[in-house]
Amino acid sequence: MKFPLSWLKYHLETDASLDAIAEAMTMAGLEIEHIDNPLEKFADFSVCHVIEAVPHPDADKLKVCRVATKDGEKQIVCGAPNARTGMYAVYAPLGTYIPGLDFALDRKPRKIRGVESHGMMCSAKELELGEDHDGIIDLPEPFEVGTPAVVALGMDDPVIDFEVTPNRPDWLGVRGIARDLAATGIGTLKTHDIDDIPGRFPCPVDIELDWPEACPVYAGRVIRGVKNGESPDWLKRALKAIGLRPINFLADITNMISYDRCRPMHVYDLARLSGPVRVRRGQGEADRFEALDNREYVPGEDQCVIADDTHCLGFGGIIGGTLSGVSEETTDVFIESAWFDPAITRATAKATGIDSDAKYRFERGVDPASVRAGIEQATELVLKFCGGEASETVVAGQTPAAPADIEFPLTEVKRLTGLDLPREEIVRILETLGFAPKGEGDVVTVGVPTWRMDCTQKADLVEEVARIHGYDKLAAVSMPRPPVRREAPATPMQLRARYARRALAGRGYAETVTWSFCEKSQAALFGGHGEGLELDNPISSELDVMRPTALIHLLTALQANADRGQQDPRLFEVGPVYLTDAPDGQRLAATGVRRIEAGRHWTGTRVPDVFDAKADALAALAAAGAPVDSLQVAAEAREWWHPGRSGVLRLGPKNVMAEFGEIHPGILKALDIDGRVLAFEAVLDNIPLPRKATGLKARPQLERADLTPVRRDFAFLLDKSVPAETLIRAARGADKALIADVSVFDVYDGKGVPEGQVSLAIEVTLQPRGRTLTDEEIDAVASGIVSKVEKATGGTLRG
Amino acid sequence: MTDTSNLDTLETEVKGQIEDATDEAALDAVRVSALGKKGSVSLMMRELGKMSPEERQVMGPALNGLKSRLNDAIEARKAELEARALDAALASETVDVTLPVRPEPQGSLHPITQVMEELAVIFADMGFAVAEGPDVEDDFHNFTALNFPPGHPARDTQDTFFMQPDADGERKVLRTHTSPVQIRTMLEGKTPIRIIAPGRVYRCDWDQTHTPMFHQVEGLVIDRETHMGHLKGCLLDFIAAFFETDEVEARFRPHHFPFTEPSAEMDVRYERVGEAVKVGSGDKWMEILGCGMVHPNVIRNCGLDPDEYQGFAFGMGVDRLAMLKYGAPDLRDFFNSDARWLGHYGFSPLLQANLATGLS
Repeated sequence: MKFPLSWLKYHLETDASLDAIAEAMTMAGLEIEHIDNPLEKFADFSVCHVIEAVPHPDADKLKVCRVATKDGEKQIVCGAPNARTGMYAVYAPLGTYIPGLDFALDRKPRKIRGVESHGMMCSAKELELGEDHDGIIDLPEPFEVGTPAVVALGMDDPVIDFEVTPNRPDWLGVRGIARDLAATGIGTLKTHDIDDIPGRFPCPVDIELDWPEACPVYAGRVIRGVKNGESPDWLKRALKAIGLRPINFLADITNMISYDRCRPMHVYDLARLSGPVRVRRGQGEADRFEALDNREYVPGEDQCVIADDTHCLGFGGIIGGTLSGVSEETTDVFIESAWFDPAITRATAKATGIDSDAKYRFERGVDPASVRAGIEQATELVLKFCGGEASETVVAGQTPAAPADIEFPLTEVKRLTGLDLPREEIVRILETLGFAPKGEGDVVTVGVPTWRMDCTQKADLVEEVARIHGYDKLAAVSMPRPPVRREAPATPMQLRARYARRALAGRGYAETVTWSFCEKSQAALFGGHGEGLELDNPISSELDVMRPTALIHLLTALQANADRGQQDPRLFEVGPVYLTDAPDGQRLAATGVRRIEAGRHWTGTRVPDVFDAKADALAALAAAGAPVDSLQVAAEAREWWHPGRSGVLRLGPKNVMAEFGEIHPGILKALDIDGRVLAFEAVLDNIPLPRKATGLKARPQLERADLTPVRRDFAFLLDKSVPAETLIRAARGADKALIADVSVFDVYDGKGVPEGQVSLAIEVTLQPRGRTLTDEEIDAVASGIVSKVEKATGGTLRG
Repeated sequence: MTDTSNLDTLETEVKGQIEDATDEAALDAVRVSALGKKGSVSLMMRELGKMSPEERQVMGPALNGLKSRLNDAIEARKAELEARALDAALASETVDVTLPVRPEPQGSLHPITQVMEELAVIFADMGFAVAEGPDVEDDFHNFTALNFPPGHPARDTQDTFFMQPDADGERKVLRTHTSPVQIRTMLEGKTPIRIIAPGRVYRCDWDQTHTPMFHQVEGLVIDRETHMGHLKGCLLDFIAAFFETDEVEARFRPHHFPFTEPSAEMDVRYERVGEAVKVGSGDKWMEILGCGMVHPNVIRNCGLDPDEYQGFAFGMGVDRLAMLKYGAPDLRDFFNSDARWLGHYGFSPLLQANLATGLS
């Protein structure tokens, strides 16, 4: 909302400076967005007096002027045809930026055809203060030299732009702003009572309210014999200052009142009306009309229209129709001042996409008591500037009930804000804002003004008191520490994320954060988006569903980094993936990607493979507290993984904690990604919660085996389809007490190994306890291992 | 035979042989020829038994001394030869140590992660736990419970993302703020409450300072005594701790939010120092957060009595805090996954923000 300072001062008696007013607004909750102060903007331009203007010795169209300026007498060469001895003009010193020309004058005097010029005299257009550029500004009367140019031109009125919060429609009228400022103590609210203007004849137009929920009260009157035309300068200037285009007086007057009192109105050309004016539901095609925005609308039955016997005349409280609009030829008018329901107004505006000053006000809630005052204010102005004769005012319907009184214990102020204010201060603030506190006790009954429908309860009054008294006077109190010992507040999931992040960053991955939404067709490559997770209003068609995996953005980011020439970029994200739209339909996944890129180095080249991805997945899970030793590995990753080079890490047959491996080359191709990519995705939610620690944090006693471990090697010939995991598990299970570790040290399928088979060599570590093992005992374990493995894998011990 | 002069000759001779031995085998041959079973010295020692006691008294110590000196000389020579052999072996193993090491990629943590951890530390010190909630919310938790009545203009300010309506016509939303976590926490009904709720939030807006997804942290206190002065104190303490300065000048000014009453926004003083923004002092104000006393309707919507329970809430942009503190100028870069940016603005995984060692 914009308003010129002079308009505010019409309502507010104050000597305060612009800065002080701006500060008071800010501290009362009227957040300044911008102040356009011509005195600052045009500070370099001032009145000068041309002592003498003589023709340039060397140019027909130029004049050499001796000019009295704020900087002393200057010689200025001027090309304007109207430059003449004795005129008062606007002077710009050397170095000044000229907005209309978008350049700054040289700092040193320039010679124009051999004569030095020390500055410039400006046209209105060069200052962007008008269109006139036929000559320099020629002030109509003498001003003291050095007077700011905008003062001499009467264009020094600052315009303040501030944010109107949705709870304060009364700030959409300048008087409402003045009232709040008066309460802050920066000035006093002037009285501008609006008297009822008696009518000379009965109103010839009947008003019928067929839909009282949408429009409960409607005032109208006719003024005959008006002469419409251009508005006076003060009105045009005021409207231009707030960004409105002056149209004609009758239209301008309603716009002015809309901004002055937050009281939107409408004026109809009486000659275009037939029969009573009716406020009713829209009737579809029959009501099709052209609105003042030159677009056609078909009002539906949930939309409120104003209509006469033959036509729909407009949407109530939103926009009028072209048919009944006033023009320069209009002589008889019907003025409407009504109250339209905020919700219905808003729904209509949303459905039609119309934005208007009236709609903006009605949807926020216009003061219902202003219906009558508005029509009288408009009448007074019309009669004054357009002449004519007013009818009686007709008010149809019932004004909506005033806001209910609030029982207000004065102690609430202290309870909620800590401010210890005397009763008088609380009462003073409420009264200057228009509230009516009654009663002498600790609890006062506060009457709420009709323009403050946002105030319904005690806390609303506390805000009014605190806001006007000043938040700067709130004493800051540090939060007292809770008296009891506190558990560390991080949840298990937060800790998992924290540790998984650090594990992955420690393994050379850079953490990134990518969009939670992705493109539907890309989600389809990864099993598709979850049900109910397609956006109705995506910001772009490339981000139209909630992602089922973070892999999509990570893969494309990996490619983007490679395209930028980054070597071996590695990215990970610990972030949400979305399965369903339910509150528990979200998972936290630690996902990472890297390219299969052989780093060139003098020590040799190692090409990363699926086991690097597996190690990363295990590291993330281990850091997050998963029981990695108990995890099973299986080649069961879903279809977007390479069918032969991927796997899952799962706890038991069902709880899949991670997938890892190479991404399916077909998927990479669909995503336009070159080369091969390794990835992993660990779902941190799937890690079982650790049993809640009870009692002390002391650990069980350390059992340290003093005896030297015994190591034995075995090699088995297996069918290639048998997972190594089967062999390792079988070997480990041969003697759980004695076997401490089984490691694979060789996998071989070359010469000497039959086709379709593989030789897998393991080292088994036996940890004797209590006493050393005899050779017989070791042999017994060894044969146990062989038979277990052979049974489990169908393989044979390699001779 | 008490003349020891031939012993001296022998000693000189053997010592010469020891000196001449150039490897361990040669040295061992010298040892055997002098001190071995049939060595020259051993043979002479065998003669001792045949000597008279007088002779033995002279020759015994002389021979023992000789034997011991030769042994020492052999050991010394042996050590010398070993050292020389090692030197030669090591010389052959020489590498160019100026060659570069095997590359180890440096991983990093995202600045948003870092800032969230800093927030958790600072607020944990004030007794706040960290709460979380889902990104896909229903209208009740994101709006209605927070005192945005259906159809209210305040909903327009949120640029909400909606999901397509389900079979019942209900449209889920992407949470526009982390405030729904307030509601979920209060509905659990356990008071007193002190939480912060960081997380992803979504608004339909995209330019240099807005991205359709960003991060917020919400704070909530509900008890029987916390008032607006505590809110101010808590946030001033936070700002000082976060920006690691004692000089933060901040101001509270009234504002409107549907879910707080009274409501405020907090501005901090700042100035531009070159490209960077210095928070705390300067001649300009920058809005950094919204806050207020929890609206009685919100407390009521969560099943508590606003005459009994009271408290405050605040919300601020995590990404924005990161930009201000660590000087990243463009919000869009936060979500671009550019490895160069992540490396430059990221943090070492060894760094853990805490009160003992500092935030960063």
